[in-house]
Amino acid sequence: MASETTQPGFWARVQRASVERLHIRLESLVVLLALSTAMALLSPYFLSLSNFLNILLATSTIGVLAIAATFVIGSGGLDLSLGSVMGLAGVAGAFVAVNLGWPSVLAVIACILAGAIAGYINGQLVTRAFVPAFIVTLGMLGLARGLALVISQGRAIYGLPPEIVFIGQGRPFGIPMPVIIFVLTAIVAHAVLAYTRFGRHTLALGDSEGAARAAGIRVEHHRRIIYTLSGALAGLAGLLFTARVNAGDPTAGINYELTAITAAIIGGTNLFGGRASILGTMIGALIMGVLQNGLTLLAVQSYYQQMAIGAVLILAVFIDQYQVRKESRV
Amino acid sequence: MTLLSLRGIRKSFGAVDVLHGVDLSVAAGEVVGLVGDNGAGKSTLMKTITGIYRADTGSIEFDGKDILALDPGQRRRLGIEMIYQDLSLAKQQDVASNIFLGREPTKRLFGLFPGFVDKSEMDRQASKMIERLGAHLPSINRSVGSFSGGQQQTVAIARALTFNPKLVIMDEPTAALAVREVQSVLDLIRRLKSEGIAVILISHRLNDVLSVTDRIVVLRHGRADADLVTANTNMNEVVSRIVGGGDTAAAAAHEQRG
Repeated sequence: MASETTQPGFWARVQRASVERLHIRLESLVVLLALSTAMALLSPYFLSLSNFLNILLATSTIGVLAIAATFVIGSGGLDLSLGSVMGLAGVAGAFVAVNLGWPSVLAVIACILAGAIAGYINGQLVTRAFVPAFIVTLGMLGLARGLALVISQGRAIYGLPPEIVFIGQGRPFGIPMPVIIFVLTAIVAHAVLAYTRFGRHTLALGDSEGAARAAGIRVEHHRRIIYTLSGALAGLAGLLFTARVNAGDPTAGINYELTAITAAIIGGTNLFGGRASILGTMIGALIMGVLQNGLTLLAVQSYYQQMAIGAVLILAVFIDQYQVRKESRV
Repeated sequence: MTLLSLRGIRKSFGAVDVLHGVDLSVAAGEVVGLVGDNGAGKSTLMKTITGIYRADTGSIEFDGKDILALDPGQRRRLGIEMIYQDLSLAKQQDVASNIFLGREPTKRLFGLFPGFVDKSEMDRQASKMIERLGAHLPSINRSVGSFSGGQQQTVAIARALTFNPKLVIMDEPTAALAVREVQSVLDLIRRLKSEGIAVILISHRLNDVLSVTDRIVVLRHGRADADLVTANTNMNEVVSRIVGGGDTAAAAAHEQRG
């Protein structure tokens, strides 16, 4: 009989507690600290308040996308269209503000609405047409990017009104606006995922769709809300990016889904759903941010950065699956 | 008093007819065994009661109300619970999350924001329920996937009993259990009956069915083929109704030995 004769060690207990209580893999925190220490030793510019804000600013767009990825993957789904929808949303907002000349408020709404509609279509197709999420969102990746190019006729839309530019470049109290919006979004998302019925049902759904259905959760309805939410968050990311670069760029966000999904996975989100936390994803997003920032400070070509992100994604899933297999053997 | 009444329930999946007009009634506090060969439609019939499947035709009344149009969540709120053969647990979530899934109590955060799950209340009630069942779990905060089969079943049972159900459907609750655990499940069924809770027990273990039920309904080819009063029947008759006549003495004797 295998029984609990051996007391697990201190590290193992802390690890288990952090996974169970906070849904965070402690390894990710260790990696973030190690990475930051390494960068601080390698570059004299790394450890400074302005560079820290730079990292947060660069992380804000990816971070918002990573929040979307956390909800979708936590529910057992997948959204590969995040980067493209972000690009479409930015173009839609710029089009409304510049080409139509409508008030900035409507441009902001257009960004988020464009994202939400794309997400809603994803959700409808996944739950009603029974096309796998992988294919639906891969198709949307192409559709949204193409539509962004059509709307903008392939060129970036310049000349945004100052209110929009403030969202991207304003610095109340010295803190960049995108960082403020990103942090507020993360706090709300964390509360929703960890402490509300909606969040708990999201994880239960990713854990076992049958159990969620038997418990009376309206599974398809819930999935549609999650995909719509994911699209709306991609729209918000599009707004932040567009406002920051002061242009509706139809090529914005290419490959961003790669970084966003990687951030969510290294933060401890189970690739197959059922376990996820925004707190963990934030650690993951910071790891990606520090990695990119550090490699830039060290003057490493951005091509290599792309390779690093891809490698980190595969490594993170490998470590997660290795841990899961090790735990299931106990 | 009739608690549950099914009339002429039909259900097909594409070209496959599974149920061809089933009639079934269960009184309050009654324990009904549902037996039949593999593929007779037992699980499908139960899922039309819980609302996971929608019956093609027929009527379902529960507690005097027509519930045919209600979804699984609404039927649960009326007092219909089911313990599934595969337990239907969310394995990465902890005990309380599973017990309260879909029915989490909420509170206001800082007395302001409504809709926040009251986890400490959930944990408290979950421990109380597990204790009432006389079970021991290593920790209530562990993910249920780390528990043994019997412990997981305890969680599934606790989930079914926490909200004062009127009818509990059990699909093969003893199939995967050790001898002692089987006895505690049978004791539990007797206890539910004494508290006035009706039970539908699906089982291949005819000895279990004969020992705890009031009535035994035999499902055969998608119909309720026989409705036997347990006190007036025996293993031989039940086996012969399941397989549909012939010389069943040998098969019955085998079942008798258990």
